Amino acid sequence: MTDENSNLPPDREPFDEAEYRRRQRSRANMMAWMLGALAILFFFITIAKMEIFA
Amino acid sequence: MAQSLTHGETALPADWRDLFALTKPRVMSLVVFTALCGLLAAPVSVSPVLGFASILAIALGAGASGALNQWYEAGLDAKMKRTAGRPLPAGRLDPQTALQFGIGLAAFSLFLMLFASNWQATLLLAASILFYVFVYTMWLKPRTPQNIVIGGAAGAFPPLIGWVAATGSVAPLPVMLFLLIFLWTPPHFWALALFVRSDYAAAGIPMMPVVAGEQSTRRQILFYAIIMAAAAIAPWPLGYTGALYGWVAVILSLIFVALSVQVGTRRTGDGDLMQPEKRLFAFSIAYLFILFGAVVADRWWPL
Repeated sequence: MTDENSNLPPDREPFDEAEYRRRQRSRANMMAWMLGALAILFFFITIAKMEIFA
Repeated sequence: MAQSLTHGETALPADWRDLFALTKPRVMSLVVFTALCGLLAAPVSVSPVLGFASILAIALGAGASGALNQWYEAGLDAKMKRTAGRPLPAGRLDPQTALQFGIGLAAFSLFLMLFASNWQATLLLAASILFYVFVYTMWLKPRTPQNIVIGGAAGAFPPLIGWVAATGSVAPLPVMLFLLIFLWTPPHFWALALFVRSDYAAAGIPMMPVVAGEQSTRRQILFYAIIMAAAAIAPWPLGYTGALYGWVAVILSLIFVALSVQVGTRRTGDGDLMQPEKRLFAFSIAYLFILFGAVVADRWWPL
């Protein structure tokens, strides 16, 4: 990895795999929480609509 | 300092905090509050779940508008001190991601609104997003100093959408609330534009102080503040609100006009700290929050 990075232009930062994984993990966690919350919200919207139209 | 997005051939995934910042959360808070007030002021009872989902849809729609605005204005934002730290000009996010995020969020907000409330509110939400992105951001803002005046309509939609989400129809009171935000926008933004004038000039945005000059802007702030005060008080004598809202509107509007007189009639020299302008800008935010709170209080606990 360091050999590859030594050929990079000076404005490029070396590839930071730890940062890459951290961002991937943090986005995946956020997406999981949001999808879970939406599933619950859609369930309750459906119930509320059923009560209105009952 | 700008952080590189691509490390060699591998692009870093966007951080969720940068995506969140793209939605302009501070602007969204005012949108959510005014929309909630529109919904709570409506003379019908709304299921808390459907009310929550409708407000969420409005918030996401506003977030999408903010994201698409930042995507389009990334180049301009980079030239202004106030906005240079945003995710796109700072290089923490790539434009393609911002564009996809904005379009996806807009589509989802409309779907959620349609699912939770009605097509009338969905249509208004779509109109507000399209108006903000195409009419304000792309057309008016770079072309005319009246950008804020006409573009203010985009920010005035939320209470109207909130009301329509609850009732399915438009009524005089939410139209008056729309008018109130519409007339509030010029003095609010021009007060800001006066103390960040050099920023707008550097970016080439034709804001009123840059194009028409400081004195003309000050006169127009005062002019709009007076009409806005009349529009804020009007629902009381017209019988759409009670005395609670009426007195709050009278007192706060008088303070607003007094602060605008201070801004509208003064001349500044070099090195002026622009305290009256900053005071008016800060008060204008509190003014809108308190006035909309009073609309709801008046509906639920009339005097």
